[in-house]
This record gives sequence, C-alpha cells and structure tokens, in this order.
Amino acid sequence: MGAYSAWSVFKEGLRDGRGWRQAWRTPTPKKHYDVVIIGGGGHGLATAYYLTKNHGITNVAVIEKGWLGGGNTGRNTTVIRSNYFYPESAALYDLSVQLYEGLSKDLNYNVMFSQRGNLVLAYSEHEMEMAARQYNAMRLNGIDAELLGPNEVRKMAPILDFSDTARYPIHGGVNQPRAGTGRHDAVAWGFARAADQAGVDIIQNCEVQGFVMEGGRCVGVETSKGEIGAGVVGAAVAGHSSVIADLAGYDLPITSYCLQAFVSEPLKPILDTVVISPAFGTYVSQSDKGGLVIGGGLDRVPSYAQRGNMPVQEAVLGGLVEMMPALAKVKLLRHWGGIVDVTPDSSPIIGPSGVDGIYLNCGWGTGGFKAIPAGGYLLAHCLATGEHHEISKPFNRSRFETGQLVDESAASGIPH
Amino acid sequence: MQRFPCPFCGPRPETEFHFMGEAGKIRPKTTQAISDAEWATYLHSQRNEKGTVREVWMHLTCGEMFIMIRDSVTMEVLGTETLRKDAS
Amino acid sequence: MTARRLPSGGVIDRTQPLTFRFDGRVMCGLKGDTIASALLANGVRIVGRSFKYHRPRGVWGSWVDDPNAIMTIRLGDRELPNVPAATTLLENGMEIRAVNAWPSAKHDVKGGLDLLHRWLGAGFYYKMFMSPDWHLFEPSIRKMAGLGPVNTAVYDDPSDQVNAACDVLVVGGGPAGLLAARLAAERGEDVWLVEDHATLGGTSAQVTAIDGQDPEAWVTAQEAAILAAGGRILRQTTAYGIYDHQMVGLLEKFDFAAAPRRWRLRAGRIVLASGALDRPITFANNDLPGVMSLQGAADFAARYGVLVDRKVVVAARGAPAEHAIALIEQAGARLTRVAPDAPLKAFGYKGAQGIAIGGLRRFADTVLVSGGLTPLVHLWRHAGGKLDWCARRQAFLPGAMPIQMQAIGAANGTYSLHDALEEARAAGTNTPVTRVDTAEEMTPLWPKPNSKGRQWVDFQHDVTLKDVSLAAQENYVSVEHLKRYTTLGMAADQGKTANMAGLAAMAAIQDRPIPEVGTTTFRPPFVPIPIESFHGHYSKQLWHPLKRLPLETAHRALDAALCEYGGWLRPGWYGNGAAQTHIQAEAKQARETVAIFDGSSLGKIAVMGPDAAAFVNFVYYNTITTLQPGRIRYGFMLTEGGIVKDDGVIARLGPEHFLISCSSSHTDSVRLHLEAWRQDGNDPDRIFIHDETQAWATVTVTGPKARGVVETLGLPLDLGREAFPHMSLQTTSWKGQPMRLARVSFTGDLSFEMSVPARHAEALWTSLHDATKAAGGGLLGIEAMSILRAEKGYIMIGKDTDGETMPHDLGFTVPRNKKTAAFIGDRSLHSPVANAADRKQLVGLAVGGDDVIPTGAHVVLTGTRQSQGYVTSSYFSPSLGKPIALAIVAGGTNKMGQDMETWHKDARTSVTICPPCVFDPEGERLNA
Repeated sequence: MGAYSAWSVFKEGLRDGRGWRQAWRTPTPKKHYDVVIIGGGGHGLATAYYLTKNHGITNVAVIEKGWLGGGNTGRNTTVIRSNYFYPESAALYDLSVQLYEGLSKDLNYNVMFSQRGNLVLAYSEHEMEMAARQYNAMRLNGIDAELLGPNEVRKMAPILDFSDTARYPIHGGVNQPRAGTGRHDAVAWGFARAADQAGVDIIQNCEVQGFVMEGGRCVGVETSKGEIGAGVVGAAVAGHSSVIADLAGYDLPITSYCLQAFVSEPLKPILDTVVISPAFGTYVSQSDKGGLVIGGGLDRVPSYAQRGNMPVQEAVLGGLVEMMPALAKVKLLRHWGGIVDVTPDSSPIIGPSGVDGIYLNCGWGTGGFKAIPAGGYLLAHCLATGEHHEISKPFNRSRFETGQLVDESAASGIPH
Repeated sequence: MQRFPCPFCGPRPETEFHFMGEAGKIRPKTTQAISDAEWATYLHSQRNEKGTVREVWMHLTCGEMFIMIRDSVTMEVLGTETLRKDAS
Repeated sequence: MTARRLPSGGVIDRTQPLTFRFDGRVMCGLKGDTIASALLANGVRIVGRSFKYHRPRGVWGSWVDDPNAIMTIRLGDRELPNVPAATTLLENGMEIRAVNAWPSAKHDVKGGLDLLHRWLGAGFYYKMFMSPDWHLFEPSIRKMAGLGPVNTAVYDDPSDQVNAACDVLVVGGGPAGLLAARLAAERGEDVWLVEDHATLGGTSAQVTAIDGQDPEAWVTAQEAAILAAGGRILRQTTAYGIYDHQMVGLLEKFDFAAAPRRWRLRAGRIVLASGALDRPITFANNDLPGVMSLQGAADFAARYGVLVDRKVVVAARGAPAEHAIALIEQAGARLTRVAPDAPLKAFGYKGAQGIAIGGLRRFADTVLVSGGLTPLVHLWRHAGGKLDWCARRQAFLPGAMPIQMQAIGAANGTYSLHDALEEARAAGTNTPVTRVDTAEEMTPLWPKPNSKGRQWVDFQHDVTLKDVSLAAQENYVSVEHLKRYTTLGMAADQGKTANMAGLAAMAAIQDRPIPEVGTTTFRPPFVPIPIESFHGHYSKQLWHPLKRLPLETAHRALDAALCEYGGWLRPGWYGNGAAQTHIQAEAKQARETVAIFDGSSLGKIAVMGPDAAAFVNFVYYNTITTLQPGRIRYGFMLTEGGIVKDDGVIARLGPEHFLISCSSSHTDSVRLHLEAWRQDGNDPDRIFIHDETQAWATVTVTGPKARGVVETLGLPLDLGREAFPHMSLQTTSWKGQPMRLARVSFTGDLSFEMSVPARHAEALWTSLHDATKAAGGGLLGIEAMSILRAEKGYIMIGKDTDGETMPHDLGFTVPRNKKTAAFIGDRSLHSPVANAADRKQLVGLAVGGDDVIPTGAHVVLTGTRQSQGYVTSSYFSPSLGKPIALAIVAGGTNKMGQDMETWHKDARTSVTICPPCVFDPEGERLNA
C-alpha cells in the first residue's frame, strides 16, 4: 500500500499489514548523479525532497554514513519556532515553520507538528523591556507573538514556580503560539519516504572518504561503497561539518560542542507548551507520549564526544527544579548528547563552500531541527540554480569577511 | 566532570577552567594593511579537529593560562604546555 | 495462582509485618519485601496495564528488569507516580495503585483497546491523523498516553551531592563483587563497593555453599573483611552512569520519596560485577500475567521467601536455568518442563492458565521462562568499552575497554560461581581478568519470525514480533530505526528485557547475524533516577547567589527597595511608597540640591607594572598613553570584532599604575578579558592585574551642592574647581584610612566619588548621608540614577548598546580615525559592515505629550512597519518636565530633526530624532 491515510490503516489492519510497502528502498549506488547530498539527516533528506519537488531534479543520491536521521535529527528536543529578532532570521525560520505547518500532508507522513506555543520567560523589569523589544521585532517581522504578563504566564504553565521564594520572580514572557514541537524521527522518515518515492537514492551505511576533483571543481565523492560522480555536491553534515570541510579543502568558522538533552518517564499531561527560561538556562516541553523533554546550554568543553558531562546536567536539571519545583521527583529516563556546529554568530551557513561544485548547509548550532524544511528548501535552491534564494543570501559564508553577521544574541543586548 | 591538569595547581575539576580558543592563532599586526579576508581568518577560522587538539585554557581560580593537548573524541587529556615564551 | 510465603529463608524479617493497600485492598508484607514480592506473596496476579493496549500485566522479573509493575504510591503526605514495584522496598502504610489503569489493574476500562490492536500496530500514528488536522486528534492522544500523574506538591528536602574519590569501585555486591572488593581492600587499596539492593550477597542466597562455607556466613565474612581493611560499602546505591575521566555517578536511595544522595565518585579503577538478567522467550501470549522470568522466580524464592506457585510449567534453556529450576523445586514447586523452542502458546483470560504445545495443553497458572542470560553491560558501554558477540553464550560480552575497568562474573558472561570467583580474584588483585570459557554451548533461542500468535517483545510498550516484522517489511531495519519506529526498548526499563529479543528478531527476519544488527546506544541513567538528584542544596537564594554590598544593612535601614541589577543586590529606590513617586523625587532632588549614591559594585581593576601603560593603551579603544597621572579618561573596551564590550573610566594613579572602572555586571568578564591579553601576547611578568572591586566601597555625592557635602569630611585637600577639576583623581586619607577621591560623574552634575576600604564604608556613608541631609539633599537609587544619566545621553552597556554597537555608533569616532597604535578590535572598525551608512546609532527621541514611550518599542519609518531600531531607555524627566528617550536607530546620526514613529503592540507614537543629551548639553554643571 502506497499512500497513508486512516482508510489505508483500516484496510491494512484487516489483512495484517501485508500490503505496507518499504518506506524507502535500499538501492545500490549508481555511478553518477546530478546531485549528491552528503548527510542523510533531516536537512540532507529535505534537500533531496525539495530538489525533486521544486526543481524537478530526481537523479539524486543522499549518502549517509550511518542510519538515516541518526545524527542531530534523531537526538534533539524537537522544538520548532521562529521567534527571531532580525528580519533575516525571521524570514528563514518562519519559512521553516510555514513548511512544517503543511508538512504532514505534503509528505503524507504524520510528523506531528504540535503547535502548542513557545514561551520565553522574563524575570525582571529589564528583561520585560527586552521581551518587549523582542515581541515588537517579531510582530514587525510578521511573526505571531504575544507579550504576556505574569497572570497570563501562569495560565499557560501553572506548574512554574510563582512563589515568593523563587530565585527569579516571573514578570512575564513572550509566547509564539504557532511554535511547538514535532516528532523528530518522523521528519527524517517522512522526507526520506517522499524523496525515495520521487526517485532519490538514499544510501545508508556509506561513508564519504574523499572528494573527486577535476580542474578545481568537485565532480564526485569517494565513499566506502566506491566512487560516485556528481554534477554538484551538497553537504549537510551537522556535527561533522569541519571534518568534511577538511576532506574537501575549505575552511569553516565552526566549533563543535556537545549539546545534551534529557527525557523523563512518561507522565499524564502536566505542561502544555514549550517553556524556555534564559535565567535558569533550561527549557522543557512534554511530548505526546508524556515524557518531559528537557534541554539547556552547550557543554563547556568543545568536543566530538556524544556523551555529555555532569556540570551541564546539573545546571540544566537543577535549573528545571528551580523553575518547576513540583517536578523535582520526576524520574529521568535517559540523557544523551549530540554534536552541534557553532558559528561565531550562531546562525547557519548556507550556500557555496568555497570549493567549486560543493554547497553547504551547516552551522545551525543548537537549533537545526526547527530549520529542517527551510534548510532543505534553500540548499536545494542553491544546488539546482547555482544561486542563492533571497532568504538564504544573508547566510552566505562571506558574511564573516564583511562582518555582516546575523547574531541573534546581539539583539538581546548581551555584548560578546 | 572532567579533570584538567592546571600546570600550577594540579588536577582540578573542569568547572574551574575556561576555554579561551585554539592554540597557535597569531594576531596580525594591525598597524599594517590587512585584507578583510585575512582579518576574518584571524577572527573566525577554526581547525576544529576531531581527534588531538591544542587549545588555550585558563584556570579561573588561579588565573593562569596554558596550552592543553587533548583528544576531542575520547576527552583524554594528553598534556599541557606553558604559554610563556621564555619557559624552558 | 497460589503464590505463597515460604516458611523460612530469604532476607525478609518475618517479625516485622507491614500493612499496605493495593488498588484498595488491604494486604500484608514483611520488612525487606519489595512491593513486587509483597504483591506476589499476597497472590496478586495483575499488577498493571501495558502502555498501549492496556493488556493486563503481571510481575515479570524480581529487580531492574521488571517492565510491568509500575505504581503510583502514596505514603503519608507524599505521592509519587511511576514507582517500579520490583526495586522499591515496601513500607508500612503505603497506598499503592497501578498506573495506567482505572479503576484498578484488574478491571481497567481501557482494556477494550486491545480489541483494536490490528489497527494500532507499529507506527500507525505516522500514517494517519494528518487530515483534517493533527491538532484535532492530539489532545485525546496525549490524555491516553503518559503513565502516572504528577502530584504537584513541592517537598523541601534537597538532595545531597557529594564528591568522592577512591582507588577501586566495585559495582555489585554479589559473590564476585564482594570477593574482588575484599581482595583489593586487603591489598591496601581504598575500595568502595556499591550494591543496589538493600542487602549484600546477590545470588548467594541461591547457592548452598561458597568456597566451602555457608553462603550467609561467607557474605558476612567478606563484608567484615572489607570494612576491616578500610573499605566502604553503600547499599541501595546504584552506579547509574560512567562519565569522562573515570567519573562514576552513584545514586544512594533512602526511604520512599526521600531525596536521594548523588555521589560523584572518581574511581581509579572500576570492577563491574553487575550480574546478568534473564531473557524472555518469545511465544504466543507470552505477555499474560503468570508468565514470569525463571531467574526472577528463583530470586523471589531465595531473597524474599516467596514461591511464585506450587505448580509451574517451565520453558528454559542453559545451565543457569537448570540451577534456578532446582532451587524452585526445592522450594516446593512441582514442575512440568516444555521444550523452549517448541511452538508454544500460553492460554488463559487475564492470566496464564497453562501453555499449549501444538495440541497438547499443560495446565499451570504460572509459566516460568528463561531464554538465557544477558550480561548487564550498560556501564561498560557508558565508559566506551566495546562489546563482543559470543556465539557460545549467545550474548554480547565486555570486549576492549579504554579506561581502567574490568568486568567479572555474570556481567562478564561467566555464570558459574566458581569461575566468577576466579575472575574476582584476578580483578581484586588488579591483574588481567581472563574469561573462563564455559563448557556448555548455548543453542540459540530467538524469536521465530512468521510464527503464529501475538508474541510480545516489549511488555510495557506492547511491541510484538509482528511489529518487528512490520518494521522490517517497511525497511526500518537499522536497530535504531526499529527502536524508534516500534518504540521497542523505549519504556521505563529502557529495553532491559526487550532489546535482545528485538534485535535478534530483526536479525532472524533479515537472515543476518546478530552482531551485524548490533545494539542501540546504552545511555545513562542505568535506572530512572529523580531529577532532584542533580539539583542539590544550592537552591532558591543560593542558586546563582547574589553579590552583596558592604552597605546593605545601611540601605535596609533606609527602607531601600533592594533589587537585582546585573547579579548585585542594590537599592532601586528608597521608601515604601509608590516606586515611581520615590524615583521621580530622588531624581529631582539630586538635580536640585545633592544626593548620595552607593557605587560600590562598580568594578575596580588595577593594572600595574612597567608594561601597564602600553597594555591599557592596547586594550582600550581610546589612547591612554597620553593620560597624565592623577587624571581620568572615559573610554571603551572592544572585542576583537570591534563591538563595545564595556565602558567606564580609567584613572592613572601613577606612571605604572592604572585603575579601570568597569560596569558592575561586567567585572568578571573584563578581568578575564584583561588576563587573556596579558598572558597571550604580552610578557606577563611586566604587567599585573588585580581586581580590587570587593576591597573598596564607593560612595558618590552628586548635585549642585556636592562640594559642600564633601567639604564636611574635612579632607586635607582643595576641592575647588581649579585645584580638583572634573576627570581628575586624588588619593588622600580620611580618619586614618586611605581614600581615593575622584571627580567623575554619572549624572552630569558636579560629583565626587569616594572610595575607602570596604570595612569603613558604613562610617563614610553615615558621615556623607548626614551632611547630605543637612544640605537639603537625600538618597539616590539606581532607578533615579538611570533617569539622570539618560538625560545626559550617558549609555548603559547592554541596555543602550547591543551586540552590534561599535564606538563610532555612539559618537566616539576619534580613535577609529586617529589612533595609530594597535588596539583590540581596531581592524574590525574598518570592515565593510563597520563602514555601512545604515548602522544603528545612538540618538535621543523628542516626545510630545506626557506619556513615556515603552522601552522596547521599535522605531519605524512613519506609516511603515520597517524597524529602524528600538527604544533603549525611556523615562519621565522630572527636571525637564517631559518624557525623554534614548534609542539606537539605523543611520540615526544623520537623521537629527527627522520625524519618525515608535511602534509598540500596534500603537504608534510620533517622535523626532534628537541628540542623546538633552540636559545641560554644554556641561556647565558637570564642570562646576
């Protein structure tokens, strides 16, 4: 059975699901593709999908060294939002939110984009002024936003600590109602299935070991499954962007850090939105399954180790107990870490790599999941046309030379 | 909790240390003409190696900076060096 | 089901009966029981319901492997959801309810969901609920999901967090762990032994002799020897994770719902003696209550004196199973054995009544199964150890290990007690452990794809063999895809029973070897642990503790409204009335007469040494080398990106002595910044940096009558305008104490800033406050001070600047154009973006009417929604009698006199761009 629907689930239920087809094939790589995308995470798979959908390019391979969706796509905290300050960022991330809004139907795969809001808390009058600055920026950027006082915050998240003894008293916050969470694996699988159906070869367990160069231009990749020719190459290898850059011979202003995340045992609904507390350095939401999904800041030490370490665990989980003391005795089920690419301005790099024939999608830092559809959409545009989409232009790597950074934390008044 | 060796204080918990940047970065002489590209390389370029790295760290409690060599995958600390040019 | 308490045996205390209730029924247990053993002893068969289908669930295992018995428990005023019954000790008076079941585990209204199972297979939710909209379905799905509800009460019992170190950590207090710990301790090593049960001995209760001794006596002797040799033993303590640099996380549990203690233990070497878990056998209806782990049943008998049933059917394979069978027979059970690889099917309604092999039915309410043992290698993987597939044992065993860690006993795949003790001797004496290869070869016993019936792989999450087959059919064949698509191994037990069966099923379906399929990642914690464990005592006011002023007591006595400003607790204003009334009055009084202000939190960093002048000249945007001793200059420190990092004054106390005054909240980062440049690129022996912030208290007197107030101190110097001009500094003494007296001003009025050693702050404050009052003046808090400085267009870094602001955006252009020496950030001030015409620049906003524009409003081109910048400071100025505002606006310097609008929450206000300084622009008052 091809298309997914309530009807197909009903019918397949009657015949033991015998008709369900492979979600994607396991193809043998061809000698040559019009486009080879390195990285079978959300961004790489989305790039392949949008190449087929927006540009009619279907002779495409996605090369993944492990299992698809196994990098940061499969180990994040699933927040999707576009509550950004600068118009450049707002355009990028809201493109993503808009694509997410239609994604389940578009892909015929339920990615469970759950628009339950994203509430950023403010804990002083000064932070309320900053919240107003942020709120107004969002509204002027055409992004939905609400500037909330303490009572409205209490309505959204009564589990927060509103007592007199709270270390940081809640003054209010900014909510983006259209923001929320998605089912992270489903995003990768949905894009993979749709791209595969359109003819894209997804080649898992295939590691890129080098680049084939001809006259200064990249014309293919050397992989653990042999050489694969490419009209053009896209690299979407979050966490390992510097490693691929080193193989291909371009520089990146990226530092890799481990970002940890945590999930609790499943609980009956207790928190109906995503809550971010900059003061405590913790954010949390509750998944449909009932687990609290918790995140915070980067580890202190740059690394490629996907383990995580105690100091950040204590800061993030301790912060959660300060934010929501009633959750103190909830049990932690699992914690994990992923490697994120951090750029000097914490904004992504999209576009030419500096080596002819290779285009980039990297540097998403801690927020790559929410940008998956847009990242794929824009990299596909670059690969298909050789030129930037209007929205990705500000994110070209040349900004580090001109100084035209897109530094969201700059707007928050935190000098670097 | 990792344990880093301050060359002055001995092994101490990682929370006492601050990552200052990759070692070996030389500030260009800004009294001479420098291209935007050269300056950008100085400001932003990172080797970001997967494996052995050389980095400058500060032990915040004693304030001394030093070079630490470690493995960015296994997190094993491989050694330290002083920043002082005249050190033997 | 006729589970019953045996007349003797076990670690329970038969003299201490405990009463509890389960799903409303009163029951009785014994001290030493877990909730699971007590429920079994009371004949409880259905202890809960599965997550998805609400199928009845019975106890499967006796310890961390039990995925089924999950309770909400109330004891006294405390209630916790999702408590694992098999690892929680029973306490008197517990009210126990099964989670995920209503009204009871036995009669659950959602039990009917199971009838829909054919439509609710793996990943069904990815294939539907898309039309018309996921949001229509999601709320009811959320309500269905989740296990127990959180009780929102807050308990004030912080969790201890303790740092510790040892030479040897032994994980597991069974025979192997005990012996290894004893031998290591007797060699003089500092040994810690942790055991997650309340009692030591592990499987010792299941054997008749250890080293020829009575097991109980042997365990007691080992314990005594360990303690005598200086070792430490922690019971009810779980090693939940291993982290970098030999750091082990330990969680020590206490009474029900009490905060646990978390140890951060740095272990020189680690001996893993964590044992092994029983494996289910996958056959039709293997999830029925009454189908139990054979090893679990043996443990229930040996440890808790609970015989699971008198008549049992056993399907088991392997030497350890034979041992368990013998034990259960000795305990009084009559056994019928069936071939474990036969086509088995359990039958019964809401519980097993027997097992069928083909047409042959064996009746028994309890079916004990064991498909072999799975060594507990979680910690091995946390530490980065490899796993090797052992075909002989049909298990993943510890392989290569990068850190100082050894595995022994069942955790190492060594199931015979004799061999395990051999390994313990090696590990105890810190010699290499050579695995003793068992004689018996285990015949593989794995799920059989395409066999009939509903066969459970994950009991809690209702993942069946069919779900695994469906995942394979749909090409979710990577072991991680299998897990995520079917939710196999994602339940509260994190797949301790399910994972091996799941990956073996996938291997069988695909006809691949098991090691090729591989395992999912083992992630900490080994068992679920409360979030509070990571929190500790640094709570409330101790969380990011505030910095306190030496004068806090004095401020409190004056009714100061103490608020947090950049991490410091400082007086926002004084008085108990309406805040704005006080603030306006303070600002007005300071302009009209005189006011005193506590400036102690301002950073005071000394830079000294032969290279100090060159150094500060390099770290400052402004030229500092030309500053004369005794003089002060206002300037900026930049980042290498040219961004204003901090502003403030720098004073030259002597040729080689400078004093940097930085923003209160930036002192630490400025000190770090200075240290970094001192040591990297300079000769650190020729520059010395000293943060004196806490050593000096600073009181500022400001206002037209300031000089008169300071004169009352009777300082031995001339305070006159010529002798002591604006931006100069003198060192003097007051009452025998050193004093630094500076003429700098944050208000734009005549100001004197006096610093004395912090312990003399109160004396100075009192003297000046008295003199101020006598002069008709008063107090000045931060809020009123902010108005005064905004009237003058003086910026506050981080409020009136952002992370893009360069000094020329603030009107300070000279060094950028003229300074010849290198300085931090210099080249960045000439980048394309630094030269752009539309940079956001500091301006003032002239506002009509009396309404203050909200700070945070954006500045837009009239009639548009194009943001040109934003309002950074906005107040009603009592001195000018009108609102004032500062803003940073794109190209603002060239927009003087231009009409624009501010935009806040859809409301627009007309403003005119003006210079930032709107009060005494000539500076006559400042220089008075």
